[in-house]
Amino acid sequence: MENLVQLAMQNVNFAAIMPSLVLCCFGMAILLINVFMPRGKTTSASLISIIALLVTAVVSLQGWNNPQFGFAGHVALDNFATFFNMTFLLAAGLTILMSDDYLRREGYPIGEYYPLILFSTAGAMWMASGTDLMTIFLGLEVLSISLYILAGMFRHQLQSNEAGLKYFLLGAFSTGFLLYGIALLYGVAGTTNVADIGLYLSAHPAMIGNPMTVAGMLLMSIGFLFKIAAAPFHMWTPDVYQGAPTPVTAFMSAGPKAAAFAALMRIFILGLAGLQSEWTSLLWGLAILTMIIGNVTAIYQTNLKRMLAYSSIAHAGYALVGLVAANAVGVSGILFYMLAYTFMNLGAFAVLVLAGKKGEENLTLEGFSGFGFKRPFLGVAMTIFLLSLMGIPPTAGFAGKFYIFAGAIKSGYIWLAIIGVLNSAVSLYYYLRVIVYMYFKDPQEDYSWVSMHTGAVVSIVIAIVGVLYLGIIPGKIMEMAKLAIF
Amino acid sequence: MHDYSLIWLIPFFPLVGFIVNGLLGKKIGNEKVIGAIGTLAIAASFVVSCKMFFQLLGDVEKTHEVILFSWMSVGQLQIDWGFLLDPLSALMIMVVTGVGSLIHLYSNGYMHGEEGFYRYFAYLNLFCFSMLMLVLGNNALVMFVGWEGVGLCSYLLIGYYFEKKSAGDAAKKAFVVNRVGDFGFLIGLFTLFWALGEHGVWTFQFTKIAENAHLLPAGGVVVTVATLCFFLGATGKSAQIPLYTWLPDAMEGPTPVSALIHAATMVTAGVYMIGRMNGLFSMAPDTMMVIAIVGAATAIFAASIGLAQNDIKRVLAYSTVSQLGYMFLAMGVGAFSAGIFHLMTHAFFKACLFLGSGSVIHAMHHAYHKAHLHDDPQDMRNMGGLAKKMPITFITFFISTLAISGIPGLSGFFSKDEILWWAFSSTRGGWILWLIGFIAAGMTAFYMFRLVFMTFFGKQKTDARAKDHVHESPLVITIPLMVLGLLALVGGWVGIPAALGGANRFEHFLAPVFEHAQETYGIHSQHSLHAFEFPLMGCSIGIALVGIFLAWIMYVKNPELPGRLVARFRWLHTAIFNKWFVDELYDGLFVNATKRLGRYFWKGFDVPVIDGIVNGVGWLVQGSSRVLRFIQNGQIHSYAMTMVLGMVVIVAVYVFK
Amino acid sequence: MLDSYLPIIVLIVIALAFAVGTIVMSHLIGHRKPSAVKLAPYECGMPLVGSARERLSIKFYIIAMLFIVFDIEAVFLYPWAVVFKRLGMFGFAEMGVFIFILLVGYVYVWKKGALEWE
Repeated sequence: MENLVQLAMQNVNFAAIMPSLVLCCFGMAILLINVFMPRGKTTSASLISIIALLVTAVVSLQGWNNPQFGFAGHVALDNFATFFNMTFLLAAGLTILMSDDYLRREGYPIGEYYPLILFSTAGAMWMASGTDLMTIFLGLEVLSISLYILAGMFRHQLQSNEAGLKYFLLGAFSTGFLLYGIALLYGVAGTTNVADIGLYLSAHPAMIGNPMTVAGMLLMSIGFLFKIAAAPFHMWTPDVYQGAPTPVTAFMSAGPKAAAFAALMRIFILGLAGLQSEWTSLLWGLAILTMIIGNVTAIYQTNLKRMLAYSSIAHAGYALVGLVAANAVGVSGILFYMLAYTFMNLGAFAVLVLAGKKGEENLTLEGFSGFGFKRPFLGVAMTIFLLSLMGIPPTAGFAGKFYIFAGAIKSGYIWLAIIGVLNSAVSLYYYLRVIVYMYFKDPQEDYSWVSMHTGAVVSIVIAIVGVLYLGIIPGKIMEMAKLAIF
Repeated sequence: MHDYSLIWLIPFFPLVGFIVNGLLGKKIGNEKVIGAIGTLAIAASFVVSCKMFFQLLGDVEKTHEVILFSWMSVGQLQIDWGFLLDPLSALMIMVVTGVGSLIHLYSNGYMHGEEGFYRYFAYLNLFCFSMLMLVLGNNALVMFVGWEGVGLCSYLLIGYYFEKKSAGDAAKKAFVVNRVGDFGFLIGLFTLFWALGEHGVWTFQFTKIAENAHLLPAGGVVVTVATLCFFLGATGKSAQIPLYTWLPDAMEGPTPVSALIHAATMVTAGVYMIGRMNGLFSMAPDTMMVIAIVGAATAIFAASIGLAQNDIKRVLAYSTVSQLGYMFLAMGVGAFSAGIFHLMTHAFFKACLFLGSGSVIHAMHHAYHKAHLHDDPQDMRNMGGLAKKMPITFITFFISTLAISGIPGLSGFFSKDEILWWAFSSTRGGWILWLIGFIAAGMTAFYMFRLVFMTFFGKQKTDARAKDHVHESPLVITIPLMVLGLLALVGGWVGIPAALGGANRFEHFLAPVFEHAQETYGIHSQHSLHAFEFPLMGCSIGIALVGIFLAWIMYVKNPELPGRLVARFRWLHTAIFNKWFVDELYDGLFVNATKRLGRYFWKGFDVPVIDGIVNGVGWLVQGSSRVLRFIQNGQIHSYAMTMVLGMVVIVAVYVFK
Repeated sequence: MLDSYLPIIVLIVIALAFAVGTIVMSHLIGHRKPSAVKLAPYECGMPLVGSARERLSIKFYIIAMLFIVFDIEAVFLYPWAVVFKRLGMFGFAEMGVFIFILLVGYVYVWKKGALEWE
């Protein structure tokens, strides 16, 4: 007891948790402001949220090349965390930009929406900067609980309810695995600190082959693989993505995925480096399975949100390839890929947000017939995002895939890279079909309901710039990603 | 010291054209302004290309790399947005921008009044940009950018008339088939990247690949596999067996597009790629043999199909496939410069032929429109006697036909003959390859003259109501025709072989690119066979004349003969002993059998087998998709069950490992 | 080792024997005169009205949840109070922040009207 108190007192360093502190304070402030505002007035909340994200970005950048540690080795604001924080903040920012008018159109101008996004972003940031399994778990829960609410936010829509409930039940289920895994690892190493686990394992090589260690590693990874939406823990993804409000889906496809990758990378590379041969063979198989299931199932989808859900599974598979490679190129490739994916996927969802009618019944392939000619800007934007998702140069998606596959080849996983390329070839089919419908089908409607809301348009423009910048001059960001890994 | 730093302007101008027309085209609205922007963009890059080309001619140093800025870097691997100017790429940019400018000009007239005029020019400029990136890229990834870009533009332009279902289908087919090839290209690239990486060289840069290729064992598995994969990529883009099926369908696009993309430039990308990596290909004799065989087979196969077609553009499409086969034959036997030579001359005469056919179609369409008829303006059986109505079109078309048929003095003769000579005499060739090419040459002469005779000679078979509305096309269409016709006439004179007293300046110009590999791996024409050079030349002239003669007999002298032959085929068994019919019968048997073979290949092989394979793969993927969808049943307990099962399987794998 | 568990086992046996014995005995020697009132589930309570499977107002749940949330707060206060002196001002400030966050929640809940029954 005495020791614990001493420890807690010694390592107080608010700089290490400042970004999430700022974000949470803003979140609470917005929550209170909402209560005192008339119902349905949410624009100010969204504006304050944007400011909150900008402030947090500035605060977080203080940690770049100036690592902050604190709280008895529970938290670290290092380059790795900073890079991921930027990705989360970007995802949250684009989401909030496209949300305001959307929520009003769908008839749910709920002020709590924005604080919840901020809180889940803060949770994601804890996952990236947590250096202790418990901190990471805490972050995961903050992230998830906010998302459960957001997914089921449209209270009178059955699909949204279903999404919230399914996400909650299965999420809780996977968290059980995660905790069990953490418990086993604690049993092995006597600590939950990631770096200490690594030290213990290198000091006791005999424990590496111990079934308890391996089982702990496996069970813990399941918790994160669930959030990443890797097969076979991906089943929730299509239903939840389809049912949840579109901006929430957009956020879910980028933020939590990146956060789970961050946690997985820190734990595997720092803590479980001794088990590398075990987890590479695990991830090798799952990466292939995930890519194949995601791409093959996406072919059959006619609902675009659902199609993008499967595509998100497939992209998780590509990113896993980088972790299998486990070298500097592959791992920094994941950081790059997550950023690139945030740009392209949120861009695509922003187009869906604008293109949908109330209720979003029309977000199908048929519903996009001739869209490209009637709405040229959105058509071109969607085409760019889809090309990037396909991995056609010179877009961000290509550069990302390039780094990841180059990493895999460097580590000698040439077959994995080939399977990855083959999968991207399959993925062309369903992405391309959207372009076919947009440009090669006669328009059924005049799309007059599409109004170009400022927020969503701004987020689309940001996404286009990002996709092209990362595609044409990826060098600079990639350099930063390289500085960010351990 | 010459300065090449402005080379980036060459792809830059079309890009600007694309952006301006793409973004503002709808607002501009005025066809003349849009057309002028598009045409000037490519013309400007033609001017820059000329400057670069002539600068390079006078330069001692023949290989120049211009780096714009860094693209990606991974460890020692450095990938730049960089350009490579050497004789090969210099030649290619001349062809692309030169022919491209003419076709842009032509499009101003041809596409007049079409809906989405700005869209057309935007795509066309984007295509030129991508094609220039493809040929100028100093590393394989920039080339890949162009490679994908041209594929995309080709797709967009084939599907230009998207309201027609067939156009949409053709576009899709082209894209899907091309993806198979692109996949091969990428796998080849990965294999090469990894194999060189094993030796500590991580690079995509062409010059570095060429420098370090010797690290890999010549003729070894790695080189063979990598080059075969590259070749698969080439067969997709350049429409060779087994991936040629998309090209004839691609004729659904506007005719100038067929001329530029599906005849003169994009489809030659595969040939260019092999030329660019000739050092690597020379190291893999097995791959070279495959290339030569596939090239020769495609040449004769496509030519035989061309015999049986009635759609004017379809004949030209199969002819293109066949001529591309010649180019690959040349690459396969190590006659790199001959292949590129044929690429150039083919660009001239085939572009001229396509544009000429476009002019005819334009006139027919116009006439039918005036007469309120809905006949097919592309069917040759409705034409005939157009020579008098459309003299300029006819003369240029005729010159190009002579060129493709291999009549001495015209461009096609020199290039095709050089290929045939190399096929015969090269250390990597053989007389069978020559024989196949030789027969295909005869077929080429026949079907091309059949086309000319059916279209321009004889009586006009057009519906009487439309007959008088057929007129020569306006100047904007005929000027490109005249320029291309002239090039088809004289374009080959730069490569007159030494045997005919020429200097073969073309080969000397390209020598710095190809010489090294040819010398290192002993690829040359065998001296012991040089006595055959003149006789072989005579043979190929002879078979061309025979082909023309047969066509003349059947379609001019005796226009009802083909019909009679078909009719007579029924009582063939009684006539076969009749001496009086021997000549006609012989011709009939030969021609008709070939025709039937052609039709068999077209209907019997193409459709069920190739499409069957394509559909089969699709069915497999769709089937498994259906199964996966079944598991995704929406029941939350089955989702949880899947998770548990997945975990159990994973743990089991670890336990029993 | 196991010897030390013997008293427990003895206790269990005795308890079981007493419980089972009592029920069996009363069943055997008891005097029975059943009537409708006696057979009702709650013999000495309210008369039974309607089904037990009734829907309860959601407000009960909200109140219950709020109760738990604020109840947990007290759980945190105990250990904090035990080491309060050693934590000093820093500990005081930390708990102040914690209480403040709950206060924000409380204000939110109040203004949202979750505490009003009607």
